[in-house]
Amino acid sequence: MTRPIIEARGVHKHFGALHVLKGVDLVVAERELVFVIGPSGSGKSTLLRCLNRLEEPSAGSIVVDGIDLLDRRTDINAARRRIGMVFQGFNLYPHMTALGNVTLALRKVLGLPRAEAEARGRAALERVHLADRADHYPGQLSGGQQQRVAIARAIALEPRVMLFDEPTSALDPELVGGVLAVMRELREDGMTMVVVSHEMGFARAAADRVLFMADGMVVEEGTPGEIFGAPRHERTRTFISQIERT
Amino acid sequence: MREARSAREGPAVTAWERFADSFFNARVAAEYLPKIVDGFWLTVTLALGIVATGLAAGLALALVRSLGLRPLNWLIVFVVDLFRALPPLVVIALLFFGLPAAGMQLSGFASTWLALSLVLMAFAEEIFWAGITSVPKGQWEAARSTGLTFLQTLRFVVLPQAVRLTIPPLTNRTIAITKGTALASVVAVQEILGAAHAGVSFSFNPTPLTLGALAYLVLFLPVVVFGRWVETRFAWRR
Ligand SMILES: Nc1ncnc2c1ncn2[C@@H]1O[C@H](COP(=O)(O)OP(=O)(O)OP(=O)(O)O)[C@@H](O)[C@H]1O
Ligand SMILES: [Mg+2]
Repeated sequence: MTRPIIEARGVHKHFGALHVLKGVDLVVAERELVFVIGPSGSGKSTLLRCLNRLEEPSAGSIVVDGIDLLDRRTDINAARRRIGMVFQGFNLYPHMTALGNVTLALRKVLGLPRAEAEARGRAALERVHLADRADHYPGQLSGGQQQRVAIARAIALEPRVMLFDEPTSALDPELVGGVLAVMRELREDGMTMVVVSHEMGFARAAADRVLFMADGMVVEEGTPGEIFGAPRHERTRTFISQIERT
Repeated sequence: MREARSAREGPAVTAWERFADSFFNARVAAEYLPKIVDGFWLTVTLALGIVATGLAAGLALALVRSLGLRPLNWLIVFVVDLFRALPPLVVIALLFFGLPAAGMQLSGFASTWLALSLVLMAFAEEIFWAGITSVPKGQWEAARSTGLTFLQTLRFVVLPQAVRLTIPPLTNRTIAITKGTALASVVAVQEILGAAHAGVSFSFNPTPLTLGALAYLVLFLPVVVFGRWVETRFAWRR
């Protein structure tokens, strides 16, 4: 195994008196797709947000692509362009077109000239099958299309790893497939991914590893077959049977 | 019947004539029109100055406030509340009559310009701030996650959305405060009202006031109509 892309050790997070992450380890190898599942409030989003320091961990160490994220001397903005993030609510910029959304960071963070940024932006939109929607505003796109633009916005920066926080849970059921298809293509292209989601079918088909979190800890991890087929812990079993019923 | 009516109309016509002679006296109007026109341009200058400095200072304060530095924010909130609470005329009077006591002399024009700029700054800061905070947190997070800095996010993502939301209330507030330029007449500035008032004193005829009212209409009616247009134009958002 080569050097891991993500190496998070003993990550703790407190919100005031609330202890949300209680020593989480997460090591993700290059090209690996790790799935994170767990009940609401178990700390999945918080963990993901610590991985690009949208949340400041209270303790622990996080190294992404060789960069120590918690080192004060680290240029966090430079680090973040190697870590793509996709949110449950898309969070597209409503005052910019799809292409504008995708090219903003290319121009302002990478400093590319407009023409070059647009060429790269269009290529990114092509990868999410929305080249023909480049000039549409978010309000003119379906939820599924918006989420694919959000994915294009992240991958246009050519990140080393992509973090997905429930990318399909705000979508109507008929729009989920298009987003998952794009994610699967990303995976086939070799993207390293950490995905918080309850899309079990996708996890079975695409995940290398599944982590089950509860109460701020990783209770159990294994291959999709192990976690979904033969969970060892009672809490995992209960949780899996619950989401399988829905 | 007819006679009786004309008998009754007789004095009514004279009353109308007296009214017309008072408020629409052509000779007086011709004499004082140049002064009113001068006042008009003075008002325009004053209003533009107030709008420029007031809005710029308000935006600057809102931006500084968004940095989230506690003691600085308390200071900003205090200053803003102060100038929102004080009647504009009191601020003008304080600057014009009060500052000389402290060894500084501001002209009536400068006092009014500064005072109304401060008042507009205070209201504009609150409006810009409300606009900035109304932009969802997810916009910040999305932008920061792509490596944009705090200031880049503010500039390219948050402000454009915030400003769009603030344009209608800002337009209304700006109109209300720039109309306060009439207060400058109190500190001897010959803007529209000041010029009109002086004209009335010299001519013993209120026609200059009519001209003044017309000048205000010429100046502010288009602005009000523009404000209405802006409101409908941006209303569909939210
Ligand atoms: N900014 C915050 N301030 C205070 N508490 C927070 C904050 N963010 C999250 N929490 C709390 O931390 C806990 C974990 O939240 P988190 O969003 O990580 O859970 P999650 O596993 O993603 O849940 P869900 O499946 O509902 O998204 C929750 O109890 C939540 O209320
Ligand atoms: Mg969550």
